[in-house]
Amino acid sequence: MDLNKKYTPQTWPDHPEQVTMEGKNKFLGFWLFLGGETVLFASLFATYLALKNKGPSGMEFSTQSLFELPLVFVMTMILLTSSLTSVYAMYHMKNHNFKGMQLWLGITVVLGLAFLALEIYEFNHYVHLGFNYSQSAFSSAFFTLVGTHGLHVVVGLVWITLLIVRNAKRGFSLYNAPKYYTASLYWHFIDVVWVFIFTVVYLMGVVG
Amino acid sequence: MSSIAQKKGFGATLWDYLTTVDHKKIAVMYLIAGGLFFVIGGIEAMLIRIQLAKPDNDFVSAGLFNEIITMHGTTMIFLAAMPILFGFMNAVMPLQIGARDVAFPFLNSLGFWLFLFGGLFLNLSWFMGGAPDAGWTSYASLSLASPGHGIDFYAIGLQIAGAGTYIGGINFLVTIINMRAPGMTYMRMPLFTWTTFVASALILFAFPPLTIGLFFLILDRMFGGNFFDHTMGGNTIIWEHLFWIFGHPEVYILILPAFGIFSEIFTIFSRKRLFGYSSMVFATVLIGFLGFMVWAHHMFTVGLGPTANAIFAVATMAIAVPTGMKIFNWLLTMWGGSIKVTTPMLYALGFIPSFVAGGVTGVMQGAAPLDYQLHDSYFIVAHFHYVIVGGVVLAILAAVHLYWPLMFNQMLSEKLGKWTFWFFFIGFHLTFFIQHFLGLMGMPRRVFTFRADQGWDLFNLISSVGAAFMAIGVIILVYNIIVTAVRNEPVGNDPWEDGRTLEWAIPQPVPFYNFRQTPLVRGLDPFWIEKQEGNKEGMTYAEPLSDIHMPNNSFIPFVMTVGLFIAGFGALYHGEKEWSIPVLVLGFAITFGSMAVRSLKDDHGFHIHKEDLMNEKGGK
Repeated sequence: MDLNKKYTPQTWPDHPEQVTMEGKNKFLGFWLFLGGETVLFASLFATYLALKNKGPSGMEFSTQSLFELPLVFVMTMILLTSSLTSVYAMYHMKNHNFKGMQLWLGITVVLGLAFLALEIYEFNHYVHLGFNYSQSAFSSAFFTLVGTHGLHVVVGLVWITLLIVRNAKRGFSLYNAPKYYTASLYWHFIDVVWVFIFTVVYLMGVVG
Repeated sequence: MSSIAQKKGFGATLWDYLTTVDHKKIAVMYLIAGGLFFVIGGIEAMLIRIQLAKPDNDFVSAGLFNEIITMHGTTMIFLAAMPILFGFMNAVMPLQIGARDVAFPFLNSLGFWLFLFGGLFLNLSWFMGGAPDAGWTSYASLSLASPGHGIDFYAIGLQIAGAGTYIGGINFLVTIINMRAPGMTYMRMPLFTWTTFVASALILFAFPPLTIGLFFLILDRMFGGNFFDHTMGGNTIIWEHLFWIFGHPEVYILILPAFGIFSEIFTIFSRKRLFGYSSMVFATVLIGFLGFMVWAHHMFTVGLGPTANAIFAVATMAIAVPTGMKIFNWLLTMWGGSIKVTTPMLYALGFIPSFVAGGVTGVMQGAAPLDYQLHDSYFIVAHFHYVIVGGVVLAILAAVHLYWPLMFNQMLSEKLGKWTFWFFFIGFHLTFFIQHFLGLMGMPRRVFTFRADQGWDLFNLISSVGAAFMAIGVIILVYNIIVTAVRNEPVGNDPWEDGRTLEWAIPQPVPFYNFRQTPLVRGLDPFWIEKQEGNKEGMTYAEPLSDIHMPNNSFIPFVMTVGLFIAGFGALYHGEKEWSIPVLVLGFAITFGSMAVRSLKDDHGFHIHKEDLMNEKGGK
């Protein structure tokens, strides 16, 4: 199969990411990878729950005193919206609308950057309060769990940006369709993990 | 690149192996590197037994002894047993399902280099201020207090090697799910493919907890974290849970492929199809599932409470059921078969009583109250060596003899092979059987010496003599390999004459594109079926001869790994040397930079044309 063949909207397959053998393998392999990532985050969540509010005796910090829901709510909304825009991008990929896809992916990246900026602000705020990484077991567990998610956001942003740049001149092909698709899967996964962080760390921290 | 293999100089061969993405060449590299670590781990074992051969011995110091036992366990599990099994999986599994290659040839190469450089990183600790000394389990309460950089080498080295294993696991899963030849349904897959499949699924879910545990250890020791430090609110038991949530499935990651190897051997040399094939598959999957439910049986004495202990005790004993099914199926495979006692078959015959003994002591320890007595004694040492050596190492040695002709087109000497077996087998039982009694007499594990008046002298001496027997067995094997390589007699197709599955149907030496035409699988043991029907060509094919698409070689996996290796040193000396952060950044820059290069360049592979394939008639 000629991977560089040019398609029209009429000849473009319904599932361009799974036409080639490489595409099928990437699709499945990436789902499996996300399975492993789930266990990775599960381990981090379990550790966080075990060490929540634990610190040296007389520690002044607790989830109640630290977290402020309005900021986290805004972050959540931004990230959820970015997941929606990446769905639009995939929708345009299936319809062979290259410019539309690139545009929506660009919007996804901008929203991701906004989320990241707020997270950096939030971390910086905590550190200024004295709640730094080495302050307690609680702080280590919190920064590691939320920071690992933040690191995933960074990786996702670099990945999607690279895709936008590398394919700007190339256009669609069956070679790069799986690349786009797996990147969008990754972005959804990041979003799902954040939903759990929002619930388990922030909501249950303030309310529960 | 030409499709015809030609004679090459040393430099070209080296470059070929550094860049190869061919599963058969990667298999050879796994075998060589794993074999090397096996010898290193074996030397460490010999040092342990020399130290313990007599009471009040001062052959090595207490501190050095701790380093040796730690490195012996870590090396044997992570750097010898698993990579050697990965070697056989790579060499055999794609051929067994009639695939061109694995699903991700590039990642296959990356996985190998990560394992090798992780192993090198870990072993460099010997020359850079001392090896890790907190045992292969590296319990946090011990490892946080360990001075020097030994534990840091352990954590970072295993992190790098573990990433390679994780990648390999995903690769095998996708290969088996997506790349089976036409007609190769799940319930026609050979047992070795099935066990590779389940072991890979275990890797997928078991390695992330280890990754997290190791990160916590790295963060605590080098970057100011407080996960395990109870004065800061941390909890050292978290390490034990994470380690054993990984560690127990790890045991099955090792033993399931061993079961697969023995299943192949029993069918080939009994010249019968596997008895109870479906129940064997069921048992394999069930063992894999239950393997995740039992981790806390390593922690009975931690004090999790009677309820937790009871649940994990019952789950542990439940695993004996599917394992017992397997034992009976193997026995019934031999029943009424026309048995040929070759070297691999000898190992298989020796495996059954050895492994059953290890399984029985396992059930004994599964009973939580008895485990309170046995815990941390030599009884435990005897038990896990009975399952790991009596199961996994016997399988590896059997597979070396069984698959040598497939991988190298040469047959190891049967006579020397049998000498290896008898020395190793007798030595193994001599070493470890008596350790059960040492344990019951109260000898704790991991002690560097004992006193003369404790009554342990004779048994320890016998154990050490047994270890020497095993060493002689391994030396004979190495001699056998050298002699065979020098003699260099090609064996031709179907070297054992009774091959049943697809890997034996392929012409020797195996072409780099594997089967010229994808074979059609018409039932369990497809090659046997064709032979029974008098097919002289080997297999029935599922497609006409046509162009074959192959992946390009790549140097990027090697560079990516070197980047992580460099970054490892940056992390190791964090807060101690001023160059640590720049080195860390440099290492990651190399790794992620080469990832970006890989992503930005189109890599479509190449085609071997039909005409070239026709010219190679007869299999080059």
